[in-house]
Amino acid sequence: MGKTLAEKILSLKSHSDARVGDIVIAEVDLAFLQDTTGPLTIRQFKESGFQVLAQPQRTAIFLDHAAPSPSGQLSNDHIFLRRFAKETGCYIYEVGDGICHQLVAEHFANPGDVIVGSDSHTVTAGALGAFATGMGSSDVAVALALGKTWFRVPESFLINLSGAFPKGIYAKDLILYLIGQIRADGATYKALEFSGEALARVTMPQRLTMANMVVEAGAKVGLFPSDEVTKDFLLAQGRGDNYKALFPDADADYERVISVNLAQLEPVVSFPHQVDNVFPVGQAKGIKVQQVFIGTCTNGRLEDLAVVADIIQGKRRHPDTRLLIAPASRQVLIQAMREGYIQSLIGAGATILPPGCAACLGLHQGVLGDGEVCLSTANRNFKGRMGNPKATIYLASPATAAASAIRGEVTDPREVM
Amino acid sequence: MSDLVFKGKAIKLGDNISTDDIIPGRFAHLRSHLPELAKHVLEDTDPAFVTKVKQGAFLVAGKNFGLGSSREHAPVVIKMSGISVILAKSVARIFFRNAVNVGLPMFICDTNKIADGDKLEVDLAQGRVKNLTNGAELAFNKLPEVMLKILEGGGLVPYIKKYGDFKVR
Repeated sequence: MGKTLAEKILSLKSHSDARVGDIVIAEVDLAFLQDTTGPLTIRQFKESGFQVLAQPQRTAIFLDHAAPSPSGQLSNDHIFLRRFAKETGCYIYEVGDGICHQLVAEHFANPGDVIVGSDSHTVTAGALGAFATGMGSSDVAVALALGKTWFRVPESFLINLSGAFPKGIYAKDLILYLIGQIRADGATYKALEFSGEALARVTMPQRLTMANMVVEAGAKVGLFPSDEVTKDFLLAQGRGDNYKALFPDADADYERVISVNLAQLEPVVSFPHQVDNVFPVGQAKGIKVQQVFIGTCTNGRLEDLAVVADIIQGKRRHPDTRLLIAPASRQVLIQAMREGYIQSLIGAGATILPPGCAACLGLHQGVLGDGEVCLSTANRNFKGRMGNPKATIYLASPATAAASAIRGEVTDPREVM
Repeated sequence: MSDLVFKGKAIKLGDNISTDDIIPGRFAHLRSHLPELAKHVLEDTDPAFVTKVKQGAFLVAGKNFGLGSSREHAPVVIKMSGISVILAKSVARIFFRNAVNVGLPMFICDTNKIADGDKLEVDLAQGRVKNLTNGAELAFNKLPEVMLKILEGGGLVPYIKKYGDFKVR
């Protein structure tokens, strides 16, 4: 029997014949932490008696969740993290550099890597064919110290994609649709492996959006096979040499196969307070929106800002709707300025936030008021997520977000394109 | 985890309790101040949760408990509140691993047979829950060897201190 992509990578990295259900010890190519889970990670590292990193050049700290810091306590956490980076010689990415998952994609992730991060959206790097998964502080602490971790080799679902995205429908609509089908716990512990003739037309930013959200269906990892899209992205990021051909065997065993024809998709919205609460955008039509938030590790990339700038060009945000936009990284912001997107967006009444997690998790930069509604391009709409349990969050694509910002209510983007 | 039999009352919650329900992001500034953070555990779900928990109580939930963020602070503050064991119909992957790593036993069983306030006896060695209120006996899942060993030592930090590495056959 052949191997799935998950089995192949874990076989390579554990130097064993890894099969579904096996417990393996795998080498870790990158271990990283961010500013809200990092301090506990370092305390657990020290508490375990460790002082030295196994691989300083394969360890990174990202100051992105509270960036710039909104409180003295969080500033003190940043000091603690900076000091640890100096002591151990690992990488540190500062306030304003961007979101950990975007920076991992830009600078670190390669096909066949094992990546662990103390953040659930570490799965994003699966877009590049890395077995990347989120873990808690203690697990990451041990990975920092030993350069390895244990995994149960997951069963895989095959997501077979055909067709092409119609106008106004994007990767975000696809992944929300899939989560609605699989449900929030339907892929718990599983690997989702994307496949099919449509992949050649699915860009790297779109793949990052899709891999980013597999955890919202419970998955441990979301994997793309390597191809020309992977090769071109690595080349553009100056890591062309790190390309490796990696794909599942034709006779690999999949627990479940889900086929989607992209041509049949429509814009969708995830209703409060569960990500799998997914309906066609028409069912949310007319819901008044006080804040639109575009950005995050899900949808803060150049391609997303291009879509938004194109829709909003020559128009303005609705007077009752705040429009907050946070590019996912410094590189994205610089490119968006070069393309003129940022100028258009500011002209349309948008507030540009620094590259980072911004309003996504309720710490700062757009905390919602009582009874307010936010339409967000992020990955989570849990009660209280954006800082107020009395507010509600709807999730959608950047196009739907842009259209809704113009009209001040949830709007099908095809009406304004 | 020196004792293998726990007794206590069930505190019942519903399905899909997320880590944002357990400890919302708006309290991130307290994450390096765990006793302060622990005062807010599950407060958006039940404002009286902290005062309800008597030392040794069981948290009994529905499906997909702990979905969402990787914040290990979530099981840490549940443990600090006095909860001895979590039982759920199903659990999100990262939360499950985190609970075991902080030495908080977490098991999967049919929690439909447990009501809020029921008296329970949980036997970790036998892998079963006895509902002393209604007489139901529920079997729960068996953990992989590595997780059992981590739990026996009281969590991943004491486990690594003891063995220095993962011990997997």
